[in-house]
Amino acid sequence: MSDSKSEFNQDGAAVVCRGVQKAFGSGPSRLEVLRGVDLEAHYGEMTFLLGPSGSGKTTLLSIIAGLLKHDEGSVRVLGKNLSKLHNGEASLFRLQNIGFVFQQFNLIPALTAAENAAVPLLSAGWRRKDAIDQARRLLSELGMAHRADVLPNKLSGGEQQRVAFARALIQSPRLVICDEPTSALDGPTGRHVMELLRKIALNPDRAVLVVTHDFRILEFADRIAEINDGVIQKVTAAKGVS
Amino acid sequence: MRFIAWRMLTGDRPKYFGLILAIAFSTFLMSHQMSIFVGLLDRTRSQIRDVQDASVWVMDPKTQYVDEVRALSFQDLYYVRGVEGVRWAVPLLKSVARAKASDGTFRNSILLGVDDASLTGLPQKFLAGDWRALRLPKTVAVDRVGYEYFIGKPPYQTGQELELGTQVVRIGAVVDASPPFVNLPVFYARFSEALDMTGREPRQLSFILAKAQPGVSEEELCRRIQAATGLKALTSSAFGWDTIWYYIRNTGIPINFGITILIALMVGALVSGQTFSLFILENMKYFGALKAIGVTSRRIVGMILMQAVIVLAIGYSLGISLTALFFELTKDNLDLRGFRLLPEVMLLTGGLVFVVVLMAAIVSVRRVVVVDPALVFRG
Repeated sequence: MSDSKSEFNQDGAAVVCRGVQKAFGSGPSRLEVLRGVDLEAHYGEMTFLLGPSGSGKTTLLSIIAGLLKHDEGSVRVLGKNLSKLHNGEASLFRLQNIGFVFQQFNLIPALTAAENAAVPLLSAGWRRKDAIDQARRLLSELGMAHRADVLPNKLSGGEQQRVAFARALIQSPRLVICDEPTSALDGPTGRHVMELLRKIALNPDRAVLVVTHDFRILEFADRIAEINDGVIQKVTAAKGVS
Repeated sequence: MRFIAWRMLTGDRPKYFGLILAIAFSTFLMSHQMSIFVGLLDRTRSQIRDVQDASVWVMDPKTQYVDEVRALSFQDLYYVRGVEGVRWAVPLLKSVARAKASDGTFRNSILLGVDDASLTGLPQKFLAGDWRALRLPKTVAVDRVGYEYFIGKPPYQTGQELELGTQVVRIGAVVDASPPFVNLPVFYARFSEALDMTGREPRQLSFILAKAQPGVSEEELCRRIQAATGLKALTSSAFGWDTIWYYIRNTGIPINFGITILIALMVGALVSGQTFSLFILENMKYFGALKAIGVTSRRIVGMILMQAVIVLAIGYSLGISLTALFFELTKDNLDLRGFRLLPEVMLLTGGLVFVVVLMAAIVSVRRVVVVDPALVFRG
């Protein structure tokens, strides 16, 4: 698998969705969740996917992540059509190129903060000590050096989110997907982690896609795509973003 | 990833120990019940097994098992002795006689009359006295159950008197006989003495015990005796199995015990399988997260199988050790003699527990492999 920049979309989009359709079930119980979604997430930008519950955000996210196959349309992520990859290839692609921040963080309770952050490196075959050392360095950058050996249940929500960021960024992925990153946090903490995310995650070679329905954090977006009823209703660019 | 699998398994101590205890409990339940069942069936042939000198049993053609005897005549004994290939043949009396101690305590007992000259059929392990005592008139050997019932607890001593059938006899030896199916006292006397104790009848010969000449196989000797005399002749092993199968076919013991073992198996399977499934289910969102991050399904399957093998190995070892400990602690209990943990039971239990946990792991693996992405993203 090649992930060289030559394969990247020429117009600078890390994610390009065109006419994506997805339905579940069949016959009378068939439910069309995505009905022709067009979406782009660009390098060097934070793209927010905004929509109410049931609008198709999670389904679209799962398709972009390569965890779900779409029925119609095309999806290119970092220049790759993930639906054409075998499961093993898609897993390796995710491991090397995509960082995930989950709504409930999904930190493994039995692992310390540093061990949790090191999971992608361990999955990639790093030696345990090297992986955990690397995780400690990243946690230090996130102001979590003193909490690196603490189990998740002893961490606050904001601290857990920072560990989740470290886990998402430790492989220097080109795409970071954040699913409702502030939904489990209070307002000030949510703002703080978004500031942190913007600071550490954004760079010209990386795109950040944030799924949210938290209007309090929209100010951090470079581009907002509003989805409703399985269709992108409107895409708004922030000031200074073309 | 082995490190992550290990930490996921052991990180939650209550669940980890719960899993191990569930598998240990299932293992104990299954191995204990199977051991009791096997031990019970093995008891049915204990008197055959105790006869170590002779290798061939001759009996009435219609005899089905060792505890149901139709007497032979002494003429039959002479016929058997005349069969080519027979090295020697001796009589064995198996009867029931009422024994009564001096304080009035009485109990029906098994009386075995062994050959006067060779004492063939007498157990070879003595706890008090020895075989020479049976040479004396009106002297018997008694097993541990009989001694402790009529005389008292160890240390075992000789010289006490009691009534056996129609005679007053003296205990000349205490033998370590295998426990019979029904835990009755067992007395051994010389054949001629035993006839006196039971009251003489024209046909009082229960079995003929024979030994083959060198170069003649036991099976061949059995064929020759049957052909020459019309009597039934079986090797000790074959007669033992015939006796076991008689009990299996004709009593409710195997069915009831089979049901008990089946219930133990089902309970064990449910407890250990369900506990392991629940463990995986509760960790599903973490496996899902790992999958989303890019850990391949194959590696996740490997993690789950590793977790299954660890809890299986520890739980099984603990359970089988408990069973072994139970039989070790109860080995001197007269009512539980003969029950022990056999290697075959260990293997069978291990196989069953392995299959159950493996099936639970496979079901769990399937759930993880086809995990709903929504679960990963919604937590």
